[in-house]
Amino acid sequence: MSLAELGLRVALVVVAFLTLPLVVGQAEHKVMAHMQGRLGPMYAGGFHGWAQLLADGVKFAQKEDLIPRGADGPVFRLAPAVALLPYLVVLLVIPLGPGDLVAQPLDAGLFFALAVLGVGVVSLLMAAWASANKYSLLGGLRGAAQLLGYELPLVLSAASVAMAAGTLSLPGIVAAWRPWWLLWQLPALLVFFTAALAEIRRPPFDMPIADSELVFGYLTEYTGLRFALFLLAEYVGIVVVAALTTVLFLGGWKGPFADASLGWLWTLLKVFAVSFAVIWLRVATPRLREDQLQRLCWQALVPVALGQLVLTAAVVTAT
Amino acid sequence: MGLPGEGVLQGLAVTARTMTRRADTRQYPDVPPDLPPRSRGVIALREENCTVCMLCARECPDWCIYIESHKEEVAVPGAARPRQQNALDRFAIDFSLCMYCGICIEVCPFDALFWSPEFEYAEYDLRDLLHEQGRLGEWMATVPPPPAHDPRGEPAKEEAAARRPAPGAAGGGA
Repeated sequence: MSLAELGLRVALVVVAFLTLPLVVGQAEHKVMAHMQGRLGPMYAGGFHGWAQLLADGVKFAQKEDLIPRGADGPVFRLAPAVALLPYLVVLLVIPLGPGDLVAQPLDAGLFFALAVLGVGVVSLLMAAWASANKYSLLGGLRGAAQLLGYELPLVLSAASVAMAAGTLSLPGIVAAWRPWWLLWQLPALLVFFTAALAEIRRPPFDMPIADSELVFGYLTEYTGLRFALFLLAEYVGIVVVAALTTVLFLGGWKGPFADASLGWLWTLLKVFAVSFAVIWLRVATPRLREDQLQRLCWQALVPVALGQLVLTAAVVTAT
Repeated sequence: MGLPGEGVLQGLAVTARTMTRRADTRQYPDVPPDLPPRSRGVIALREENCTVCMLCARECPDWCIYIESHKEEVAVPGAARPRQQNALDRFAIDFSLCMYCGICIEVCPFDALFWSPEFEYAEYDLRDLLHEQGRLGEWMATVPPPPAHDPRGEPAKEEAAARRPAPGAAGGGA
């Protein structure tokens, strides 16, 4: 791979990193509004408020960059970057289509993706501790408990697919995927999707933010661009989670026809469909209480993921 | 209690159904609202009908109607002496005090006050909400025609009285 080609690939990933979350965010505005019998943004940009998120970005950029006096300055400033970067890096290894349509094909892509996603908890704790605010700290501790807990079912269910495909490479998993896996790996799919939702702190798993109890959790003290970066991280998180679910469980670029030429389109369609499900769940479900959150993880998701592992192992050894 | 996750599925179904329906939002500044008949927006004054009887000003619960007048002598040809008549000098309603009860309109015996559905008269200064005679008169153009009588409702008092045979007419005289 030449240097120019590498640059092009990285540039394309950055473009995807900056546009897909905006599309998902705008879709969230509109889908959530219509699910609640509203219209959502209608003015920005003229046509059905398409430029609302750009306007929001301009607004955030104009705001005062405030750091509380008691805050740990460098850590406070670094936290948004640490929140955002892992998702950008994960996008590097997600295959968009067959063959060479992946920024960086890694043999241990799945391992890499899950490891990098785990960095999220660090940014959360950095933001929570450095803010010097009790609400931030409470939110951060809740977040740490949640993220560490849900890491387990996430990894277990991903391991099930890796075992079924016999490889850790993401393109390899898609290549080995067969439609009947949808049924075989269905429990793993549900566990992975739920745990991933909790990993990106989306409602109904937004206990660390819980604006009705903790002001805004670990984001309480953030304003302006840094807050916007955290928000962007949340939406990139949706894209990354949807992409991982697509690649691991929904057959990535495999579609009803023309996999070779239209593979990227199938991948994108599936990513948007999963993102829609993420938004849909947010609208339809209330926030889980802290004890319900932990119970769901340890008493439902982990046993199901372990059972799926046993099932996968049995089928793999039998065939 | 049914299966675990049943509630979540129900919630998903409800939101999905709502999404397929049209939103109820009225885009007000762009699209004028369709107000119900007899909306209470602002009170209009038909100056010619006012006899300065002061009923409205006295019945007003928060005293937001200001009326000033003087007496005029009207010489009627053929009459023994000139008659006195009230002439309206000032009629103002302070809409910063008005509570839109509509009592003034109810009590006006000469149909000088009317409800108009216009509501876009907000001001930056509270004092500008005091609408003087001219402004109150301008609202007259926006007063809608009275709604038709409910065909299945009771007939109006006047109608019933007109239908009743006059006392002493044929059939009466017990």
